[in-house]
Amino acid sequence: MSERSVRAFRFPRIPAVPLAIGIGILIGGLLVLASGGDPIAAYREILIGALAPQNWPNTLNWAVPLVGMTLVAALPLRGGMVNLGGDGQLVIGGLVAALAALYLPLPGPLLIAASILCAMVASGLYASLAAWGETRFGIPMLISTLLLSYPVIGIASYLVGFPLRDMATGLAQTRMIPDAARLPVISGPLNIGLILMIVVAAAVVFYDRRTVGGYELRMRGLNAKFAGYGGVRLAAQQVRVMFASGAIAGLVGAILVLGSLYRYQDGALLTPGYTWSGLMAALLAGGAPLGAIAAGLFFAGLQTGGFAMQRETAIPRVLTMILQSVIILFLAIRHGVGRKSS
Amino acid sequence: MSLMSFITPSLVNSAVQSITPILLAALAGTLCGRVGVFNMAMEGQLLVGAFAAVVGSYATGSALGGVLFAIVFTVLFSLILAYGATVFKGDSVVICIGMNLLAAGLTAYLLRQMFGVSGTFSDPGIVGLTKIRIDAINTIPWIGWIFSRQTAITWLAWILTAAVTIMMFRTPLGLRMRGVGEDASAAGTMGIDVTRYRVLTVLFAGGLTGLGGAQLSLGTVSIFSEDMSAGRGWIAVVAVMLGRNHPLWAALACVLFGVADALSVRLQSQGLPNQLTDIVPYVVTLLALALSHRKRLKRRATETITAHA
Repeated sequence: MSERSVRAFRFPRIPAVPLAIGIGILIGGLLVLASGGDPIAAYREILIGALAPQNWPNTLNWAVPLVGMTLVAALPLRGGMVNLGGDGQLVIGGLVAALAALYLPLPGPLLIAASILCAMVASGLYASLAAWGETRFGIPMLISTLLLSYPVIGIASYLVGFPLRDMATGLAQTRMIPDAARLPVISGPLNIGLILMIVVAAAVVFYDRRTVGGYELRMRGLNAKFAGYGGVRLAAQQVRVMFASGAIAGLVGAILVLGSLYRYQDGALLTPGYTWSGLMAALLAGGAPLGAIAAGLFFAGLQTGGFAMQRETAIPRVLTMILQSVIILFLAIRHGVGRKSS
Repeated sequence: MSLMSFITPSLVNSAVQSITPILLAALAGTLCGRVGVFNMAMEGQLLVGAFAAVVGSYATGSALGGVLFAIVFTVLFSLILAYGATVFKGDSVVICIGMNLLAAGLTAYLLRQMFGVSGTFSDPGIVGLTKIRIDAINTIPWIGWIFSRQTAITWLAWILTAAVTIMMFRTPLGLRMRGVGEDASAAGTMGIDVTRYRVLTVLFAGGLTGLGGAQLSLGTVSIFSEDMSAGRGWIAVVAVMLGRNHPLWAALACVLFGVADALSVRLQSQGLPNQLTDIVPYVVTLLALALSHRKRLKRRATETITAHA
């Protein structure tokens, strides 16, 4: 197939993202149809599950960690870097937050603040390790971020399975954190984690648009050599950006542990797949923070809708994961969405 | 405890078995790397292969049917990368991330819809691969455990490693492939259809990884469980990096991981918790990556794979 014939097939008038979402819905629908389900009913349940007013709190509650992990991926992506280590960073954040809440002798609000801070610093340092490995030794961060997650997840799993295990229950989890360390509830499932996340999201958008650092990061994304020639210290920038990215993942872990789980539970932070959905949302927007936040909200709606669909129609909710990846694949293939590699 | 009693013959046998999927995926990665397509979708390709193998074996009642299913469906799945990264000029990293997630989602979805189970599917109807017994050497210590009692795919994997190496460095076809990877425009000027070479190589590599997936699900256990590739595809990506797209060096890296894997199994049988022993291969992988890049750094200041990635 020559390039010319491909060009002829383009539909330039339909914006790329809605087209990709349409294609995703179409392919997902065909898949449901092929496996003997009713796609219309499936999508109706997703819509109701995500957008009916009584379901807003659930959708928002799901969106907090997902948008958080979107920012984790979007920040490095803005500079053309890929952070595949969200899982490990999330686990470190969650575990450190739980341990700080259990063992630091501090009163109420101070304990919450200290736990969150410890989680963010620990995850940030851990994430910047991969960046340092690339700048100092040339170990590609693309693969090291991912590979580092496996030992971290294993060690965390060991820690809560053996030395830190709550002996009162049969599960691999820590003891419950004290009431004083729990995030105050706003209403229903929503806690002040939501507000923290809004603040962080606003900070990332502000950093991207209004600060020298944000400008330099965007320059790096457009052309790293040019940014380096223009005086940006690329190595230091990379370590800094990864620290920030990891710190946000640590915050997400802390919000989940202090806000809804009230303990560190083996696997509980990872099974929802926030990391990968967040990465896909960030890719959908090409790393632009506002777009990424919107995409994160969209995917959060899709996933909470997926729970409703599974409940009402018995179609597995993993369908939503297929939809997300089809959307990303379509965008990557047809519209060059992704890192602007020079 | 002496070393000899620590490393038992059956341990060596299982190590050789566990290397096979990684080796096939790494071979696929080197082929793609040589023609200038960065492939890190092996994790997803192994998963698709493993699932298709179980479906094929269950449906046809023969292991060969399973293997054929694995190859065909993984090649079809690889069309995304083959055309996406070449004809459509997409970012291969993003495409591969999408493919890995699509594979995880699709296999989990189909597992529920086709067999009505989530997590793990096991059924007596799934016919596993037979282990080839070589009577002449079967009773010889060590040798018998390494070379006998292995599946045909394991044999094929090592034969293919040799074949790919010879093809790559000793045939006109290999010369052209390397030319496509090193300087596509120069290769194009010489009359080579760069896109065609890349598409066909990625598809062939998909077939190899599919074969690896079949070994994964039919080689030792005859089950499919969600996410059963469990990072092997990523280890293969590292093997390709360590081997710098050379099949033999990549194979050597795979052997290293196989040894680490066997070690972790052995440590677990010594009573260490599996959460800790499971991480041994990844720690070894990271160490190998760190050491190799340290050495490389001394030779040349910045030869970055990331620029390529």
